[in-house]
Amino acid sequence: MAGGHAHPLHLARDSAVHRLPAEVKIVAVLLFTVVVVITPRAEFAAFAGYAALLAAVAAAARVPLPWLAKRATIELPFVLLAVALPFAGHGERVTWLGMSLSVDGLYGAWNIFAKGTLGVVASLLLAATTTMRDLILGLDRLRCPRVFTQIATFMLRYMDILADDARRMRIARLSRGYDPRFLWQVKAFAVSVGALFLRAFERGERVYLAMVARGYTGRLPRPEGADASATQWAASALLPAAAAGIAVAAVLR
Amino acid sequence: MTAPSLNVTGLHFAYPDGSAALNGVDLRLEPGERAALLGPNGAGKTTLVLHLNGILHGGAGTVEVGGVRVYPADRAGLAEIRRRVGIVFQDPDDQLFMPTVAEDVAFGPANLGIRGDELRARVDEALAAVDMTAHRDQVPHHLSFGQRRRVAVATVLAMRPDILVLDEPSSNLDPASRRELAQILRSLPVTVLMVTHDLPYALELCPRSVILDTGRVVADGRTIDLLADADLLAAHRLELPFGFDPAFAAQRLARVTGPAGEAVVG
Repeated sequence: MAGGHAHPLHLARDSAVHRLPAEVKIVAVLLFTVVVVITPRAEFAAFAGYAALLAAVAAAARVPLPWLAKRATIELPFVLLAVALPFAGHGERVTWLGMSLSVDGLYGAWNIFAKGTLGVVASLLLAATTTMRDLILGLDRLRCPRVFTQIATFMLRYMDILADDARRMRIARLSRGYDPRFLWQVKAFAVSVGALFLRAFERGERVYLAMVARGYTGRLPRPEGADASATQWAASALLPAAAAGIAVAAVLR
Repeated sequence: MTAPSLNVTGLHFAYPDGSAALNGVDLRLEPGERAALLGPNGAGKTTLVLHLNGILHGGAGTVEVGGVRVYPADRAGLAEIRRRVGIVFQDPDDQLFMPTVAEDVAFGPANLGIRGDELRARVDEALAAVDMTAHRDQVPHHLSFGQRRRVAVATVLAMRPDILVLDEPSSNLDPASRRELAQILRSLPVTVLMVTHDLPYALELCPRSVILDTGRVVADGRTIDLLADADLLAAHRLELPFGFDPAFAAQRLARVTGPAGEAVVG
């Protein structure tokens, strides 16, 4: 869709997945994540199945796997904790490469790592195939409280302007010989963060005035657009339905 | 005789800290007239502009738009006033807050309760008037400053205003964008009140000028006459660019657009 809200996680391609309305994709990712999270941690085959499903979606969306893998590294800080679990866990222990590891801890680490990765990759696929603007419109059509979608809309518009302001202020600081190397030189930076806040605040006032001048009475007009069709809902239901099928099969086996 | 487009009488205003901004302003604009509001920084120009659609109020005096008095307490009446008086603010980034150009242009008319095809028609018409149709789905942030200023004009035109009020329309524009904006403004069939420090731009676009200083109107007449009065300009901290000769410029202008200084009453 047009809009051109390029965010670093978006991959502009034309595919069946890109063309699906945002709201059906949001629901699909949410349900898929729920299925992944409630799957018992020892069902290794089920997790392999989920990964295969995501790979299929990525192929359909024409999102290259290396592209996904690179961006999935965002989860690393969160799974770091998992590395400690096998060492710190209690109960039965196994010895591997001279290290005494807790079996329960190993399962715990696997649980965090597998579920985290699947969730992150699913979200990345959503982000890669949906622009920011469509995500917000999708949330809006899913009856997400309008306060949230409005705040997100404003953020989408003014984030870049704020970043530009900050960049210009930084260049102006550097141009006057500011080159902070030590903590006690951070004052100018802190002051300019304050200045940036004031500028944002004052801009907020001016934006509001300009909105009032165009008849704003506290309610943004609801964006127009057709609702998703049953076919589109069915298409996007494939992912969570297949995942649920795998989960049920794994548990009943 | 038709009612004046704008009629301000005896307008006073003081900010909450007690500083007086307007000390009895009288201003009358006929339909179709283009007038410049000149004055130094702090003269009360912006304060006056914010009175025209009832955003600021509370002092003595009255504002009438197309014969209808601005009553800040009357919400329905105020909505109509805000349709009639379109204000284009100085910084387009303040005015353009929606994610795409078309959505922003639709914001004003949607507030007036316009929906569906009629809304789309308004957006198309306003964007065509400022020659920005090709950019309708773009992000405002990705447009040039001159383009954003034009979109800001379109956001107001979409409300089909009777009076277009522009705050410093030529500020930060390069000469080409400045000329393009002048052509657009000249083509619009509305009353225009242009707040500016840019005296050549006032001469180019507005046959009539009003000088505001310390909250009152100190001069009101043909732009060419006011700009030729060096003492008047000096007394109110207004200055022509170095080397600019208003009489010569007016002659040049007359050749392009017809006799300058003649009130264009439509």
